[in-house]
Amino acid sequence: MKILYPFIAVIGLIVIAFLGAEAGLSSLFGIVIPYLAIIIFLVGFIRKVVDWSKSPVPFRIPTTCGQANSLPWIKQNKIECPSTMSGVLKRMFLEIFLFRSLFRNTQADIYDGPKLRYGSSKYLWLFGLMFHYSFLVIILRHMRLFTDPMPFFIPILRFGDGFLQIGTPPIMMSDVVILTGLLLLFCRRIFLPKVRFISLPADYFPLFLIFAIASTGCLMRYFMRTDVIYIKELAVGLATFHPTIAGHISPLFYIHIFLVSSLLIYFPFSKLMHMGGIFMSPTRNLANNSRMVRHINPWNDPNLTPHSYASYEDEFREFMVEAGIPVDKELPPKAEETPAAEEKA
Amino acid sequence: MYDKGKVITGLVIFVLIVTFPVWYNVRGAQHIPNPKILTKVKHCVKPLDYMRADHMKLLIDWRYEVVREGDRAKVTVDGVQYERSLVNGCMKCHVSEKKFCDQCHEYVDVNPYCWDCHIKPKETE
Repeated sequence: MKILYPFIAVIGLIVIAFLGAEAGLSSLFGIVIPYLAIIIFLVGFIRKVVDWSKSPVPFRIPTTCGQANSLPWIKQNKIECPSTMSGVLKRMFLEIFLFRSLFRNTQADIYDGPKLRYGSSKYLWLFGLMFHYSFLVIILRHMRLFTDPMPFFIPILRFGDGFLQIGTPPIMMSDVVILTGLLLLFCRRIFLPKVRFISLPADYFPLFLIFAIASTGCLMRYFMRTDVIYIKELAVGLATFHPTIAGHISPLFYIHIFLVSSLLIYFPFSKLMHMGGIFMSPTRNLANNSRMVRHINPWNDPNLTPHSYASYEDEFREFMVEAGIPVDKELPPKAEETPAAEEKA
Repeated sequence: MYDKGKVITGLVIFVLIVTFPVWYNVRGAQHIPNPKILTKVKHCVKPLDYMRADHMKLLIDWRYEVVREGDRAKVTVDGVQYERSLVNGCMKCHVSEKKFCDQCHEYVDVNPYCWDCHIKPKETE
């Protein structure tokens, strides 16, 4: 069920777009919905990030991945536990570009004995890298359809990506890698029992959706081609706010663009927000400098003043002595009269 | 909001990246490609719609059959014979690479490697 429902949802989206395109609603699916989607994406994304940034971060969260800054003869791990801004920048760079914390993933196994064994588990890291980088290249290369004249990086990407010159139009390596990456990410969720147990429909849905987007794109490029000139006229029109659909474009294109719109609309409300969230992870973006800088909890009540032990003892010394609790400073001599007074009474 | 400066800077960069096509297109004038045939011929081996979407498939199939399988038979459509060749076939009517092929290819960043093997016909005019 956890796999079936998101699968049906994606099939449903494809059917909606196909029927819409067949019914001649091309301007709805080609113009109105994409605009709506990009607005929801931007506004939703910004609201989410602003909402996150309203949460106070009262203290630094030192992670245990590396040695913190300590005595001079203990070597600090400056990337895993940085105490300066430059160290944090290095850690963030490695996290964002190389997914360093996924590289550390481990997996616990029980095998004959029974014995517990921890081993490294790099599947998510490797498949994630494959998927994210090829998706990035594909999105950048799509700018060839949205811009006229084109930016400088388009021919460079086309050369590098299609450099194997297999077939006509040449196969883009990013297309192969993204489909393989998605397939492997899906296999990881269904074949690793523990990962399968914690996977939810919200994990499968984006996988299926992006797989459908990539496969409709590949179909249009390699197998069921449609007139790309009309598509570019529409895409440039969308970017310059004069969208026109100049001729017949196949339903496959409307399915593709409707799925992309769905992804954009779904994005701000889903786990895909890790795109913004990675920049806001406290365990990654805070320097462990608690020993050099005083961090004040922003929700402290300003009426509560610090209460040191010395002043606490001053306040309760009599009771503490009476109860036999040891005190740093004995009661002043006049206090000794009190027991005597009591005896008299 | 905490760390206002950093969060807002980040969001501004994000919006600029997402809206890249919008502000990039403002810099230059957009044009729609206008491929010119330059000869008076009005017929082709396949209908216009097919050619607009799938001409590369036709060319690569011809290449395979002619060059790799050695089948040089001509193709007859509506009583007219065409040689299955880029330079001696297609470019008999679509004479100018610059005014025909490149118009759309440059528009959508397509760079076929025809001239790695073929000798480019001279552009007249």
